[in-house]
Amino acid sequence: MKRTELIMGMPITVEIIGTNLTKHFETLFDYFKEVDARYSTYKPDSEISQINNGLPEAKWTDEMRMVLAICEKTRKDTKGYFNIKHKGKLDPSGLVKGWAINNAADMLRKTDISNFYIEAGGDIQVSGRDAEHRKWTVGIRNPFNIKEIIKTISVTAEGIATSGAYVRGQHIYDPFHPDRAISRVESLTVIGENIFEADRYATAAYAMGEKGIGFIESTPGLEGYMVADDQLATYTSGFERYVVSA
Amino acid sequence: MRKYFLGIVITIIFVAYSTILRHQHSEPIVAPASVSQNNSTGPTSTPAPATTNTTPAGQYKDGTYTGSVDNAFYGNVQVSATIQNGKITAVNFLQYPDENPNSIYVNTSAIPYLKQEAIKAQGSSVSIVTGATFTSQAFMQSLSSALSQAMQG
Repeated sequence: MKRTELIMGMPITVEIIGTNLTKHFETLFDYFKEVDARYSTYKPDSEISQINNGLPEAKWTDEMRMVLAICEKTRKDTKGYFNIKHKGKLDPSGLVKGWAINNAADMLRKTDISNFYIEAGGDIQVSGRDAEHRKWTVGIRNPFNIKEIIKTISVTAEGIATSGAYVRGQHIYDPFHPDRAISRVESLTVIGENIFEADRYATAAYAMGEKGIGFIESTPGLEGYMVADDQLATYTSGFERYVVSA
Repeated sequence: MRKYFLGIVITIIFVAYSTILRHQHSEPIVAPASVSQNNSTGPTSTPAPATTNTTPAGQYKDGTYTGSVDNAFYGNVQVSATIQNGKITAVNFLQYPDENPNSIYVNTSAIPYLKQEAIKAQGSSVSIVTGATFTSQAFMQSLSSALSQAMQG
């Protein structure tokens, strides 16, 4: 059974194999709505907006403290390229999506569901097998043509995240040069042990520009596929083991 | 150069979008080749002169319609659609997430383990698609809002 809802300004899809119980979907979509209500910088009453408007630290929720601590750890893990401070405000959205998908996947596993995927705005966590008992197949979208798939990978437990600047609307900044566009990289897809790792590293590596794929190569547990503006893809040494031949 | 490229990207998405619309509506919608040129003049929103004598079978009434501001998660997207003779003749971005006009070239440090290939389209079917689609999703929402206004006239 598969359901899609529009939450956080993007479609979120959950497919669970072998169940028609709607309660699982309702629980997950309710969770994503809660995350949106707390972390959306577009909602003036969200906790993150209140913090950006001066809410004293003593009033922050424990979860917010934890998320901001993870953001700070990620900043250090990524040589400072992952940085939620932009124009004097905190924006943890580069981490919260992957974190929330990962939490949602944990919620399903705790109810003994093992064959599913959760996808939010192109970031994915898979688990187990699809309805035909095959590995899940994930297509990497062509950044030059949204209708096309340029690579198919198969996975059973991984997280896959793609960062990019489609429609030339840059949503990731190089924290060391915030006024510059990120050069030449059209999209960067990262496969990690889970979507939390894949998403935070995809965000940081994308901000590094062309050097990002080298950063993914040198980080244990991650593989990546980068598409540059000359339509050339650069990929890491272990990426090919995921590739389904065309 | 960037604007030219932007125009191409918008044209691609626009053509894709109009293909979707074509499936949804019986009236054909022709994506004009001039979209990129129109866009290169920048985000302007001048109302088209209302013409009463040339209202063809098209479902949209002439004019320029401003779409809703849609949250692309990392920024807002808003478009306007210009309808002439019942057809979309221009789609302009009024807002989208922090466009930076500057571009720099960063040397890639040579890493011997990395491999390269030219990208090419694949026909295989997949369960799930990964890609950074926020802005294009929001683009479609904003455009459909503009077009629904055009239908109401």
